[in-house]
Amino acid sequence: MILLDSFINIFIKAAFVENLVLAYFLGMCSYLAVSKTVKTAFGLGLAVIFVLGITMPINWLIGEYLLSENGLLGIDLTFLRLILFIAVIASMVQLVEMVVEKVSPALYNSLGIFLPLITVNCAILGGSLFMVAREYNLTESVAFGLGGGFGWFLAIIAIAAIREKIKYSAVPPALRGLGMAFLLTGLMGMAFMSLMGIDPEALTSLSN
Amino acid sequence: MALLDLLKKIEPDKKESPFLHTLYDGFFTFAYTPNSTTSPGGVHIRDGMDLKRTMVHVVLAMQLCLVFGILNVGHQHFQAIGMYPSFFQGLHLKLSFGLIQVLPIIIWTHVVGLGIEFWYAAKKGHAIEEGFLVSGMLIPLIMPPDIPIWILCIAVAFAVILGKEAFGGTGMNVLNVALLARVFVFFAYPTEIAGDTTQIGKEVWVAGYEYFSQVDKIQVAQYGWAHGLFDTLFGAFGWSTFGDGGNAVVDGFTGATPLGLASKGGWAAVTEYYTPTQMWWGGIPGSIGESNKPFIIVGALFLIATGIASWRIMLSMLIGAVVMTLILNAWGATPFMAVPWYYQFYMGSFFFAMAFMATDPVTASSTNTGKWIYGFLIGFVGMIIRVLNPAYPEGWMLAILFMNVFAPLIDHYVLEANVSRRLARKKKVYAIETADTSEAIA
Repeated sequence: MILLDSFINIFIKAAFVENLVLAYFLGMCSYLAVSKTVKTAFGLGLAVIFVLGITMPINWLIGEYLLSENGLLGIDLTFLRLILFIAVIASMVQLVEMVVEKVSPALYNSLGIFLPLITVNCAILGGSLFMVAREYNLTESVAFGLGGGFGWFLAIIAIAAIREKIKYSAVPPALRGLGMAFLLTGLMGMAFMSLMGIDPEALTSLSN
Repeated sequence: MALLDLLKKIEPDKKESPFLHTLYDGFFTFAYTPNSTTSPGGVHIRDGMDLKRTMVHVVLAMQLCLVFGILNVGHQHFQAIGMYPSFFQGLHLKLSFGLIQVLPIIIWTHVVGLGIEFWYAAKKGHAIEEGFLVSGMLIPLIMPPDIPIWILCIAVAFAVILGKEAFGGTGMNVLNVALLARVFVFFAYPTEIAGDTTQIGKEVWVAGYEYFSQVDKIQVAQYGWAHGLFDTLFGAFGWSTFGDGGNAVVDGFTGATPLGLASKGGWAAVTEYYTPTQMWWGGIPGSIGESNKPFIIVGALFLIATGIASWRIMLSMLIGAVVMTLILNAWGATPFMAVPWYYQFYMGSFFFAMAFMATDPVTASSTNTGKWIYGFLIGFVGMIIRVLNPAYPEGWMLAILFMNVFAPLIDHYVLEANVSRRLARKKKVYAIETADTSEAIA
């Protein structure tokens, strides 16, 4: 029960309260570039959920059993953390790429270079580094990965829908395209601040 | 016709002074229809008069709230200094105090907001879009009465430029302009509008704290020259004046809003200071226009009757809020969570947000199914923010802004579901038809 509680808490916190895009502004490059239509944004969002959800526990296991001093090797290898994390992420992205290419060639084509570029999507590496910094355990890191991915997914489909809508607006020429996307991200960040300050952990501890 | 002739005579030349002409055109269309109308072949009829009429209806719907708000600003002030405890005592003083407090807010909102809008209209070579008529009325109503004017001006400029003009002007904004101004004030100047009673001059929910010093209670009230002007007038009639007494904030007066109290001690703490009737009729501290519930409901009914606001959004927002409160009641961990759902509506700005904010046809979902979802989620999220988020006292403005972000997405999926449903139906009909013909052939 407590396990489930903390799972849900971290999921909600990562998805809504501390949204990776709108609170930390991580993973902006693909967020801005692929958010022109809801359809491709949806695909990329799912890919990010998957990659975050898979790499987080794998990275946790690597960090815990391979790199830490109490791990299997018995040597402190934490300086290898960054490079190993990226290697894991890159291989997972390769996997996603192959699956997407097989299952939906249309989506694969519309995502273009941004699908392999998930590798360097800072939201994903950032997620793994947050996990280390906040000393999550295995379940928590799964929750954080899935929650963070879901938050990213929500943010990108929301902005994609808005961008589809404002395609017909008389936006000043200088602001069209990316300028508007930046402005929108800021305004959406303001709207998401509404949930900042909610602490799911404190609330569940109240009821126990 | 004399008026028309006069107006035509003073019309500035469009080429020579585009800004003046835009200005002239904006006010001219208040009185007369323009000669140029949309060509019958146009897809959209963009007759400036219709939009103007819609906007004016919304402004009309808010007038009762505004008048009450002005009175209430004065009422709260005299409550603070322990004079005229009944609402209807010293009405002339309360009204004039409220006017002195609220009129500058209204005027400055319009000067800044309309100024920017005029400038953009002239720049784009368009007629003035009337969108700011409503925002300009809404913004004063949702601001705390003692807000410093410079903060107000910055907030209005921010909301109009980045929230509206960048998106292409009236009818194209994604986020509600008035709410954006309010949220900007809230996030950018938290200390100035914290509503903290312990700091003199920082109390924004009750106007006029800075006239008195709590340290030295003998100090004479220091009103401004405008109050003096009214005093001379009232003195001439032999009525009571501002200078009559009440030199300090009375002991035990709290400037706290019911929600502030409720978050500390639940419903019991609220009723220590305010009765439900008082909260229902609005004689409580709060934003200028939000406190009187019956007048807001009258305004809401007027908007529904004129077909401007969507009853679907209002109803579903109510349902969402009730559902969330029932969930919170079942949880019941803090006193605030245990407040019954019908008491939740006595406090805060739920009705104001429901009637005038959530129903904004530009930023809300535009499909009917979408409206149900949109309203329900506002009610749901708003109650979460109000009760569960210790950082903010009230949730509706933030919840509406939050859902404004998702409104296009809701519409997108509602439309997509509709498309696929109709495709499926078409396929079915087609399958039956072909089956029929193949049978006939056989």
